Amino acid sequence: MRITTVRRITQAFFFALFLWFCICATLGQSFWRLRGWPVNWFLQLDPLVALGTILTTRTLYAGLIWAVVTVALTAVLGRFFCGWVCPFGTLHHLIGWIGSRARSVRERIAVNRYRGSQRTKYYVLLVLLAPALGGFALSIGNSSTVDPLAIAALLCIAAIAVAASQKADTTIKRPLTVLAGLVIVWVSAGWFLNLDGVASSALMTGLLDPIPLVYRSVNFLILPVADSSVHVIYAAQRHYAGAWLIAAVFFGALALNLVIPRFYCRFVCPLGALYGLLGRYALWRLGKKSAECSQCGLCASRCEGGCDPAGTIRISECVLCLNCLDTCNDNLIGYNAFRSACGETVSPDLSRRGFVTSAIFGMAAVPMLRLNGSLGRNYDPALIRPPGSLPEPDFLDRCIRCGQCARVCPTNVIEPDTMRDGIEGLWTPALNMRAGTSGCQKDCVACGHICPTAAIRPLSLDEKLGLGPFKKAGPIRIGTAFVDRGRCLPWAMNRPCIVCQENCPVSPKAIFVRETFAAVRNGRLEVASVSGTTIFLSRPALKPHRYGTGDFFMAVEAGDISEKRRIVSNSGNSITLESGLSPDLFTAEGRKFMLQIRLQAPEVDPEKCTGCGVCEHECPVSGRRAIRVSAEGESRSRKHSLLLRQS
Amino acid sequence: MSEKIKDRPVQSQMDRRDFLIRSAKAGATVGVAAALGYFLHDPFGPRAPAAKPPTALPNFSVPQAGRKIAIATGSDRIKTVDAAIEALGGMGTFIKKGDRVLIKVNASFASPPSLCATTNPELLAEVTRLCFSAGAASVAVTDSPINDPESCFSLCGVREAALSSGAELIMPEPSLFTDITAPGTTLIRDWPVFTGPFRGATKLIGVSPVKEHNRSGATLSMKNWYGFIGGRRNIFHQNIHTFIKDLAVMITPTIVILDGTFSMVSNGPTGGSLSDLRQTDTMIVSTDQVAADSAGARLLGKTPQELPFIIKAQQAGVGTADFESLKPLRVSTG
Repeated sequence: MRITTVRRITQAFFFALFLWFCICATLGQSFWRLRGWPVNWFLQLDPLVALGTILTTRTLYAGLIWAVVTVALTAVLGRFFCGWVCPFGTLHHLIGWIGSRARSVRERIAVNRYRGSQRTKYYVLLVLLAPALGGFALSIGNSSTVDPLAIAALLCIAAIAVAASQKADTTIKRPLTVLAGLVIVWVSAGWFLNLDGVASSALMTGLLDPIPLVYRSVNFLILPVADSSVHVIYAAQRHYAGAWLIAAVFFGALALNLVIPRFYCRFVCPLGALYGLLGRYALWRLGKKSAECSQCGLCASRCEGGCDPAGTIRISECVLCLNCLDTCNDNLIGYNAFRSACGETVSPDLSRRGFVTSAIFGMAAVPMLRLNGSLGRNYDPALIRPPGSLPEPDFLDRCIRCGQCARVCPTNVIEPDTMRDGIEGLWTPALNMRAGTSGCQKDCVACGHICPTAAIRPLSLDEKLGLGPFKKAGPIRIGTAFVDRGRCLPWAMNRPCIVCQENCPVSPKAIFVRETFAAVRNGRLEVASVSGTTIFLSRPALKPHRYGTGDFFMAVEAGDISEKRRIVSNSGNSITLESGLSPDLFTAEGRKFMLQIRLQAPEVDPEKCTGCGVCEHECPVSGRRAIRVSAEGESRSRKHSLLLRQS
Repeated sequence: MSEKIKDRPVQSQMDRRDFLIRSAKAGATVGVAAALGYFLHDPFGPRAPAAKPPTALPNFSVPQAGRKIAIATGSDRIKTVDAAIEALGGMGTFIKKGDRVLIKVNASFASPPSLCATTNPELLAEVTRLCFSAGAASVAVTDSPINDPESCFSLCGVREAALSSGAELIMPEPSLFTDITAPGTTLIRDWPVFTGPFRGATKLIGVSPVKEHNRSGATLSMKNWYGFIGGRRNIFHQNIHTFIKDLAVMITPTIVILDGTFSMVSNGPTGGSLSDLRQTDTMIVSTDQVAADSAGARLLGKTPQELPFIIKAQQAGVGTADFESLKPLRVSTG
C-alpha cells in the first residue's frame, strides 16, 4: 500500500473519530451518548491548549496531560498532527484537493510554492499567546504573589534563550534576545510598579486554535443544522446567537483552500506554528537523498505545507503529507534520519520587527481591552455564566471557546457570547434564558464535567444544590431573578398569570405571590334587583361570559360591612355569584358595587433564588421578559453580591 | 533585508554526530514536556474557595487610661477639644513618645467645611498638633470616602489641614484593602477592609461630626468606621444596626472625638445647607465609643434606645450606653 493511502486512511479515521466524539457529546443512556467516550480527546491532544493554560494557571488540568504525548511525537516525528490527525487540517486537505483538480501541474507547482507570508502564523501564535505570557511574567514580577515555581520556569526559559542565542547555529538568537529582554522589562515593571489594575493574563488562543475552532464550528453550526430534520441528537432545534460569526470564520477558512490549498494551515494556524517550532529537532524529516535531481517539480505540485521539498526544504512548514515522497519519479525523496541533500531551513522566517511588534501587541492587548472596566464596576449584568464558572478573570484564563459546554447543555440555554464581554469574551459561554428549551436545569451539572479546562469547574450535584457537606455554603447561584413590575401581567396589567412562580424549581419556591384584588376597569356597577345568587343590573353593561372565569369577584361595601363573592357566570345584565350576599347589603335601590379581579403578583425571594432562569424562560411576556435573571448575586463573585448574608 | 532572520542552509550530513545532537535536543524537548506535565498536572481542577480564618485588627486602646468621657461645651472647637482632652488627663495619657497615630476622619462627601458634613479641618489640625506635642512620631489621616476621594479630601479641607499640620494623608488605594473576616462580627466575612493604614500604627483616634442619618438614625463615632470598609459596602445597609455594632467590635480606638459644635439635624448625612445645622456647642471625647455615641445622640434629640446600634454595641461588650455611669467630666469654655 502506498504511504499516501495509509495517510488518507489515517486522516479519515481520525476525522470520523472526531465526528463520532462530537455526536457522542449528548446526554443520554444509549451507547452513542456521553457514556465515557473521550469526547474532549482532540482538545486534550492540543498542546496549544495545554501551553496556554499552563501560562495562565500554572496547572495542567486533568486530560490536558495528553498534550505531552503530542509534543513528544512532534519532537521526534515533526508536524505529523497537521497532516495525519488534525480534523480541521483534513477538511482543508480535502477542499484544497478538490480546488486543485482543475489546475495544471504547472499551476499546482506555482500555488504550492513556499511563500514568505507563511510566517504570518508565527505572529498569530505570538499575538494569541503573548497575553497569557504577559500575565505569567507579571505574576512572577508581582512581589505579593511570588511563586517559586514560576520563577524557576522563567529562569529555565531565560537559560534556554541565552543558551540558544549564544550557542545555536541559527540566527534565531535575535528574536530570542528580544523576547528575553521583553520578559525582563515586563517582570521588572511588575516588580517595581503595581500593575495589578491593568495588566493581567487572558487565554486568547481559542480564537484561532484549530481544534477549539473545529469543535466550535461543529457544535454551533454543523450539528444544529444537520440534526434539524432528523432530530437524532436534539429533540428540539438548537439556536445559538453568535453562530453567524463562527460560520463566517469557519466557512471563510474552508473557502480559502480554493485560492491556496491548506490556506489556514500555511498562513494562519497558530497550532501549526507551534508544531513547527516543536518539530525543529525531529529525528526523521522529509528531504532529498541526493542533491541531484531532474527538477521536474512534481513533488511541489502536491505539497500540502508549501515547504519547497525540491529545494532547501523548510522543515517547520512540512506537514508530513508525504505526497512528495509518493510523486517523486526517481524516488529521491525520503523520510530520513539525515538532513536533506539540498540543505534545509529549520527556523521560521521571522523578521525581528514583526516578532517584537506582535509580542508587544499581544501583551498590551489585554490591559487595553480591560480598560473598559468589564471585570470591575462596569461588568455586564446580562452576562450569566454557566453554574460552576470560575470568577471572571480566572474564567478568561481558562476558556478556550470550544463550545463543549453549550454542546452538552440539555436545554440549549448556553450559547456563544458575541460581544458582551468584548473580544475577550467572544464565543465564551453565556446563558440566554429566552433561547433553548428551559433555563439552567436544576439537577444538571453537565457543563462543568465536560469543560476541558475547568473554566467551568466540575460540580457535584450536592455542591450545585447546596446539599450535604455544602449545606452551609448554599446552592450555586448564577444570578438573581428580578420582576419587572412594569411588564409583569399581574403587576402592570391586572391579568392573572404567575407562570414564573409555578415553574420555579427551587423548594421552597424562590418566587412567591402576593394576593391582591384590583378593580376592573369600568367595573363600578349599579344593582337593579337580586334574586338568590343572581344580581340584575340596571343596564346591560357587561360582556357576556367574561367574568365567570373564577378570577372575578363582586365586592360590595355598605357602612361597616364589606363582602366579596366569586362570580360564577354573567350575562349582559346579570351576574351569578357562588353564594348569596347578605340581603341587607341591597336594601337601597341603586346600590353600587365593584367588579374586582383577584391577582397573585409574583415576588422573588432573593435568599432562595439561584438564578436558574426557568422563570425567565417561561414568562409569557415573550419579548423582553417580565422576569429576568441578571448576574447580581452570582456565587462566583463576591463583588456581585446582592444580599447581605449572615454567618 | 538585513533584518530578516534566515538560517544558513544546512548541508546534508549523513554523519552520526548531527543525528545524535538532534536526538539530544528532541529528547530535551520531550523531557521538558514530560516534566511540565508531571509537575503541573492537576487532576481535579479548582475548588470552591475556602473560608478565610478570622483576622483581628489591632486593639488601640490604652488600658491604664480606663473608660472615661469628657463633655466640653463652647462654640470654639479648638478650646473645647483642648478642654475635653485636658479633662481626661491630657493627650499624654493616650499618646506616648514615638507613637504612630492614625486619625480616622469623616471625609465622606465633597462638600465645604462650613456645611459640617465632614470632619472639621481646624479641629483635625488641633488634634494633630496635640498628638505631636504629646510626642507622636507620626500622624496619618485617612478615610475611604463615598464620593470621589481626591475631591472629598480637597473640598472638605481635610487634605490642607492634615498636610499643613505635619500629618500624612493616606488615600484609599486599592492595594491597601485586604479581604478579611473580623472575629466576633456577624457580617464582616471575607470582605475588603481598608487595613493598609493600620500597618505600623500604634494609636487610633476617630474624629467625626454629629449627623442625622435616615437609615441608621445617626452618624456618630461608631458609624464613622464605615470608612474602613471597602467593596460595595452599602450592601450592609440591609442590616445597618448589626453592621455598626460589627464595626465597633472590629475597631477598638484609643479615643473618639465627637464634634457636636454644630449638629446636622436634617437632610443628613450629606446636608448641603446651613439650615440643616443646629448649633449645639458640644465636644465629646471618650475612650468608650458607645458612651460617646450615647452622649452624641442627645444632640440630635435622640435616646440610645432609639438607636439600636448603640444597644447592640453595648450588648456585644464594646462599651456602655449609659454614659452618665462613667461620670462624665463636664467642662465649659464659655
